[in-house]
Amino acid sequence: MSLAALPILVPLAAGALSVAFWRSVAAQRAIALAGTLILLFVSILLMQQVHSEGFVVLHMGGWQAPLGITLAVDMLGAIMVLLTGITGLAIALFSLGDTPERHEKFGYYPLMHLLLAGVAGSFVTGDIFNLYVWFEVMLIASFALLTLGGERAQMEGAIKYVTLNLFSSAIFLSAVGILYGLVGTLNMADIAQKLGQVEDTGMVNVVAVMFMVAFGIKASAFPLFFWLPASYHTPLVGVSALFAGLLTKVGVYSLFRMFTVVFDHDVAYTHTILLWVAALTMLSGVLGAAAQFEFRRILSFHIISQIGYMILGLALYTPLAIIGGVFYIMHHIIVKTTLFLVSGVTYRLTGTHELSELGGFYRERPMLSVLFLIPAFSLAGMPPLSGFFAKLIVIRAGIEAEAWTVTAVALLVGLLTLYSMVKIWAEVFWKARPEAEDGVQRPEPRTEGLVWMYVAITGLAACTIFIGLNGQPIYNLAEVAAEQLMQPQGYIDAVLEGRP
Amino acid sequence: METLMAYVVGVMFAAAVYMMLRRSIVKLVIGLMLLSNAANLLIFTVAGMKQGAPPLIPEGAEAPATAVADPLPQALILTAIVIAFGVLAFSVVLIHRAYEVVGTDDLDQMKDTDT
Repeated sequence: MSLAALPILVPLAAGALSVAFWRSVAAQRAIALAGTLILLFVSILLMQQVHSEGFVVLHMGGWQAPLGITLAVDMLGAIMVLLTGITGLAIALFSLGDTPERHEKFGYYPLMHLLLAGVAGSFVTGDIFNLYVWFEVMLIASFALLTLGGERAQMEGAIKYVTLNLFSSAIFLSAVGILYGLVGTLNMADIAQKLGQVEDTGMVNVVAVMFMVAFGIKASAFPLFFWLPASYHTPLVGVSALFAGLLTKVGVYSLFRMFTVVFDHDVAYTHTILLWVAALTMLSGVLGAAAQFEFRRILSFHIISQIGYMILGLALYTPLAIIGGVFYIMHHIIVKTTLFLVSGVTYRLTGTHELSELGGFYRERPMLSVLFLIPAFSLAGMPPLSGFFAKLIVIRAGIEAEAWTVTAVALLVGLLTLYSMVKIWAEVFWKARPEAEDGVQRPEPRTEGLVWMYVAITGLAACTIFIGLNGQPIYNLAEVAAEQLMQPQGYIDAVLEGRP
Repeated sequence: METLMAYVVGVMFAAAVYMMLRRSIVKLVIGLMLLSNAANLLIFTVAGMKQGAPPLIPEGAEAPATAVADPLPQALILTAIVIAFGVLAFSVVLIHRAYEVVGTDDLDQMKDTDT
């Protein structure tokens, strides 16, 4: 049996079930936990199947490709679905401890499931229009999650987020339309095959760049990232951790998919653009972070700079570089989610995200300090954590491709990342906590549910150590994914097999 | 006809972007509406326009006898219209709430979250 549809069906079913139990928050919590656990289980099964069979293809409704909608999971898709499962479970655990009841009563859990369904759907689909639909599913869920609560900052952030993401969707849709006009098909494998026969290569490049802009906005690449730091620090911490871990990575995944399997006709043109985009994304993100003094804003800007590394892996377009890019995505999703969750705990205990008002955590909560240090060092690329290997592979690929400028930028950005992490460490954990003004008594922190938050953070931190200590097996997975992307014929054959 | 439609689509995109660049959030939403409709018309146009040839297969045959209009773009547009409708309904509610909470409809005043 093909498992390709289950990563979509499980969260959708869990979401529908949570809506059915609208009045019972307790039931919704149980479903959130069970649903994400099953999703993780299914994603592991899917990973096993992809590992043994190479590709898992499911033709929906029995319509053969390229006529029907096809779900096609290769190694990259399976890795992304697995990461969705891990992140989803961590966020569900964290939400049990941190989500205020008024959010839970207004559909927090159903929206979370819907978002996970949209993300998983984007990773498994093999149809370009279907990808658009999953993007929209994901977007509408994220809109609602972003504005749940209705505070002023959330409204202002949401307007920017909604506008730029809808703009990106319109460009995406237009690009799909033009592409259909060129090749007369929507199946990615079929497009890849037929695009070679299109004579008007100028038009193909136009479409390629339209896709690049559309996914670039979603992935928050330079110069299209301004919606991200304006909105990601406004919702609940659990929500921004979910966004930080998964949403931008859907854009990156789509770039990887489209610019290896589909648009490989004019690499000199498209991937040179991507190369400079990557360098400027890394640099502008990390410099933006250096100027910030709010916990989640620093982390938001770091998402942008890390996206640069992933796009760099794609842009260099050598087998090693793609491996590095895939490895980087795996590392980044886990580490970034962990860091946001840590900021959730410090917020819970102090009620602020401002670095100047935080402090003293190393003395009060040594355990939390260690849990911050692990992902922070991993993000900066310290051995033996996952970030070290991710950076090592990408930079080594850069040196082998003799792309000196971007490699130098990548190294410099690694150093500046460390600076930002040390800044957070010094301000939040190391320095003494500033006295409250005018002898105002600080409210006693709410500690109920804190254990759930710790469980989520500890699990994710264990994941980054696991990736670091098991570099070789993870590298092998990334290698398989890169091989399939660099030689798309295997993917094309697997999807179009048995075509009339 | 296709040339005319191409100009119409171009003007709609231009008008949409112009409206989105204005300061009022109401005009922003009008821009978003125009934008999604422009994208839909674009799909309709680039897929080829054909008059008086419905995609019907005569009884007993397995394929249409002559060249017919492609029904797929219309299915795509229908899906896109439904999605755009949902998303726009959300944005209308969003700007209403934002106006209530922030107390202005001027995008230039909504700078609290910018850096």
